[in-house]
Amino acid sequence: MSIFKKIMTAIRGGASEVGESIIDSNATRIFEQEIRDVENHLTKAKRDLTGVMAEQMAANREVDRLKREIIEHEGYVAQALDKGDETLALAVAEKIAALESELAAQQQAFESFQGSANRLKDLVKKSERQVAEHKRQLSMVKTTESVQKATSAITDNFSSSNSKLLSAKDSLERIKAKQQKFDDRMKAAEVLEAENGDGALEAQLKAAGIGAQNASANSVLDRLKAKQNKA
Amino acid sequence: MNIHKIANHLNTLADDSETGMTFDCQPISGEVDVLQITILGREELPLFVSVTDDQILCITYLWGEDEVKPECISSMQVSMLEMNIPMPLSSFSKIGDKYVVFGALSISSTFDDIEHELTVLNNNALEVIDDMSEYLL
Repeated sequence: MSIFKKIMTAIRGGASEVGESIIDSNATRIFEQEIRDVENHLTKAKRDLTGVMAEQMAANREVDRLKREIIEHEGYVAQALDKGDETLALAVAEKIAALESELAAQQQAFESFQGSANRLKDLVKKSERQVAEHKRQLSMVKTTESVQKATSAITDNFSSSNSKLLSAKDSLERIKAKQQKFDDRMKAAEVLEAENGDGALEAQLKAAGIGAQNASANSVLDRLKAKQNKA
Repeated sequence: MNIHKIANHLNTLADDSETGMTFDCQPISGEVDVLQITILGREELPLFVSVTDDQILCITYLWGEDEVKPECISSMQVSMLEMNIPMPLSSFSKIGDKYVVFGALSISSTFDDIEHELTVLNNNALEVIDDMSEYLL
């Protein structure tokens, strides 16, 4: 059964009861150990792969060297035949035969290393996908567990503090009422500001010519003239 | 990231938040650490934050199964599914017998991301309750 299905079944089956753990912590630990095992295998496979690829390169170099040497010796055979030295030509041909059988062996080794390298590469890719998948599943299990424990902590907190859980509608009404109160206060403050400050009454008095009047240039001049006259 | 860092950050913000909200944080002790966050003026809808290995979960409880008009349960659930994508950052879920909205953030989120998430989650929750109250008793 997939982890997804397991979690779904557990939640449906009422395992979401407060304090009850969906997947026992032992199973989680085993799962974590499995992931670590796969990761270890992965590291080893990658190391093996490096080794095999080094061998593969060495075999490839050897193949090239043997091919060059064979061509070189084939040239020698032609030269010996040109000179009519059949015995020498035969000796070189024997050398070529030895080189060719060595080439065949190296070629085979190269192909075998290549096969192993490809197999290891596939294995590494497969293991990497598996680790990623296991980690995703583990994260699901752990999150489910964590949410359950968090829920139980929250529920305990509510019941211990005796705070009554309001219904959603009541909560909304109270929040809206608070917002309304805040808005009303802001509006009231604006009205008060308009009424008090340099507000209504003063303006009316001023308009009627009662109370303090605005200082005008003429009144200032008059005042200064009066002062001068006194002096 | 852990809940204490988040609490410290939100508490020191006071009036200087980017979002105009004032947060109050209260850690709840239990098997896992949970942070209860209330927003000034909206104390009735607390947000709960917990941190796991790879994510930060922010959850707000909407209402209980028992608050839903029995004949409306199915159409309410369909509405929730339909609204899951349009609703910014938050998704609907159900924990035990309670419907919730939640947001999940990467463990490497910044404080600004978290503050933004919490504000959006709270606004979403308020709006959801307002708009779905026809389904509720």
